[in-house]
Amino acid sequence: MAVLVFLDHESGIIRQASRSAVTAARALGEVHALVTGDASVAEAAARIDGVAKVLRAAGAAAAHELAEPLAAVIADLAPAYTHIVAASGASGKNVLPRAAALLDVQPIPDVVSIVDADNFVRPIYAGSALATVRSSDAKKVLTVRASSFDPAPAEGGAAPIEQVTVPDGPALSAFVSIALSQSERPELESARVIVSGGRGMQNEENFKLLNPLADRLGAAIGASRAAVDAGFVPNDYQVGQTGKIVAPELYIAVGISGAIQHLAGMKDSKIIVAINKDPEAPIFQVADYGLVGDLFDILPQVEAALDKAG
Amino acid sequence: MKVLVPVKRVIDFNIKPRVKADGTGVETAGVKMSMNPFDEIAVEEAVRLKEKGIATEVVAVSVGVQQAQDTLRTAMAMGADRAILVLTDVAVEPLGVAKILRALVAKESPDLVLLGKQAIDDDMNATGQMLAGLLGWAQGTFASRIEIADGKATVTREIDGGLETLTLTLPAIVTADLRLNEPRYASLPNIMKARKKPLETIAPADLGVDVTPRLTIVSVAEPPARQQGITVESAADLVARLRNEAKVI
Ligand SMILES: Cc1cc2nc3c(=O)[nH]c(=O)nc-3n(C[C@H](O)[C@H](O)[C@H](O)COP(=O)(O)OP(=O)(O)OC[C@H]3O[C@@H](n4cnc5c(N)ncnc54)[C@H](O)[C@@H]3O)c2cc1C
Ligand SMILES: Nc1ncnc2c1ncn2[C@@H]1O[C@H](COP(=O)(O)O)[C@@H](O)[C@H]1O
Repeated sequence: MAVLVFLDHESGIIRQASRSAVTAARALGEVHALVTGDASVAEAAARIDGVAKVLRAAGAAAAHELAEPLAAVIADLAPAYTHIVAASGASGKNVLPRAAALLDVQPIPDVVSIVDADNFVRPIYAGSALATVRSSDAKKVLTVRASSFDPAPAEGGAAPIEQVTVPDGPALSAFVSIALSQSERPELESARVIVSGGRGMQNEENFKLLNPLADRLGAAIGASRAAVDAGFVPNDYQVGQTGKIVAPELYIAVGISGAIQHLAGMKDSKIIVAINKDPEAPIFQVADYGLVGDLFDILPQVEAALDKAG
Repeated sequence: MKVLVPVKRVIDFNIKPRVKADGTGVETAGVKMSMNPFDEIAVEEAVRLKEKGIATEVVAVSVGVQQAQDTLRTAMAMGADRAILVLTDVAVEPLGVAKILRALVAKESPDLVLLGKQAIDDDMNATGQMLAGLLGWAQGTFASRIEIADGKATVTREIDGGLETLTLTLPAIVTADLRLNEPRYASLPNIMKARKKPLETIAPADLGVDVTPRLTIVSVAEPPARQQGITVESAADLVARLRNEAKVI
């Protein structure tokens, strides 16, 4: 039997995290991809290397990845699959547990390693521990952490596309609006370099001081919860236990103390740099390179050093 | 309308959990326990709905050991009217909790169940969605804003790219995200008053729910530790090391 992977998309583009879910699922069997949205989304799914078949749930009921109709579609398709997989993003976490309940299955969220068809490793307690769990359910429903699996190449496949129908049911929820933050920068989850700011940035105006550094490094910009709560940046910048989980080549934490909830989202980065005026800040315990001092002095110095190095 | 708020007793978020030496789990003996932070936010929101005259009764529910009574008392000190403890020594998984809650919904007929988005011990982020699925109700997860009017809830949700707004037909399930509100501290008089509020205890079996876990914990381990880093003296030194030593820029 095959594995069903729900690929979520934003503005018609399949998220890179979903391509990581394809990689994870290939370890379990042949991959069939479920998508919603325009025909162009299904066509993009069909080109992903490793996707053997695309199932497209079209029409109003499947639009906007609403949980109620999508979970019903997944439950309908489930008999043909051993595993149902999605990336651990907002959409997968919204839809998959609901589908699991319809199937009387306990889902396994945030898988970072697949041991075999029944055994999975997942972080608990904000990543303070790694649990290996064995599922006794006949079918497994899991979301996987994109930072733990390389994305499947966007090109290389030529899978056939089939339409699937959304089961009839009352429209329980309705889409009203969406407000996506606009940015020219790379997505946090796929960026090679991330520059992140915390409460130490002081205000929205000063937070922009991270832009010149991010420009020079081609970096995405992230933030701690404190910076988001204080309104320096929108919610989707948040890195951590309850924000985005990232693992770039280089993570630069500026004015972030390093609470475990923040570390949960970035401690698997390859190289971590911390800039903080408090030498006792816990962020230094995970940093490869620490620079102690006032960030408002240090940021221009780092930019100058980068310019000099060319 | 009636609001049901499930609250979980977890290791306090300020405490760094320690993995047990035998690798069977995380040490909880003698560790400070508190209400799951997201559930505090859910309780706060329910109490505010009552203060606005939208909710008529707020019922807090916890599935867990006897000491989860303390968590329920905290919810009542914040303003919940009464509480139900579903007493069990089993660490019930989201599927089991959702089944228990489904049975309680049948008894209590709430118009809204307000949960936290995630319990910070198991980090499942599943119970609300599963309850919604079992009940066939609308769901609004990761809510940062809720408005209730004309038999509908308008919910703004925190999603990967920003914010999304949905309307849900009531009865519905909403799960609270961090920015929904800032929970109040219970005042001493309210803590005293909460001691007298009704707290009912029942067993999962009374509700006809089998809570046997589907997931077996094979092992629990510390994540690999990072190598000790170094303190650099200057920005120029940092840039040179990132380039020549770490080779990431
Ligand atoms: C349930 C729950 C979930 C959470 N989820 C998340 C999450 O997903 N992500 C997250 O980030 N947090 C999360 N938190 C919050 C977390 O516990 C911390 O409160 C938060 O990460 C702190 O943010 P901060 O480091 O920016 O602020 P602070 O802890 O206030 O640290 C600011 C730092 O800036 C430094 N600083 C100040 N001024 C300067 C200067 N001029 N130059 C240099 N350094 C300076 C200070 O020394 C300090 O170390 C969560 C909390 C809870 C309870
Ligand atoms: N044992 C429990 N008792 C009461 N509520 C719970 C319990 N477990 C989970 N919940 C609720 O479900 C939410 C999500 O939990 P979880 O799916 O475990 O991450 C929590 O924030 C609580 O509102």
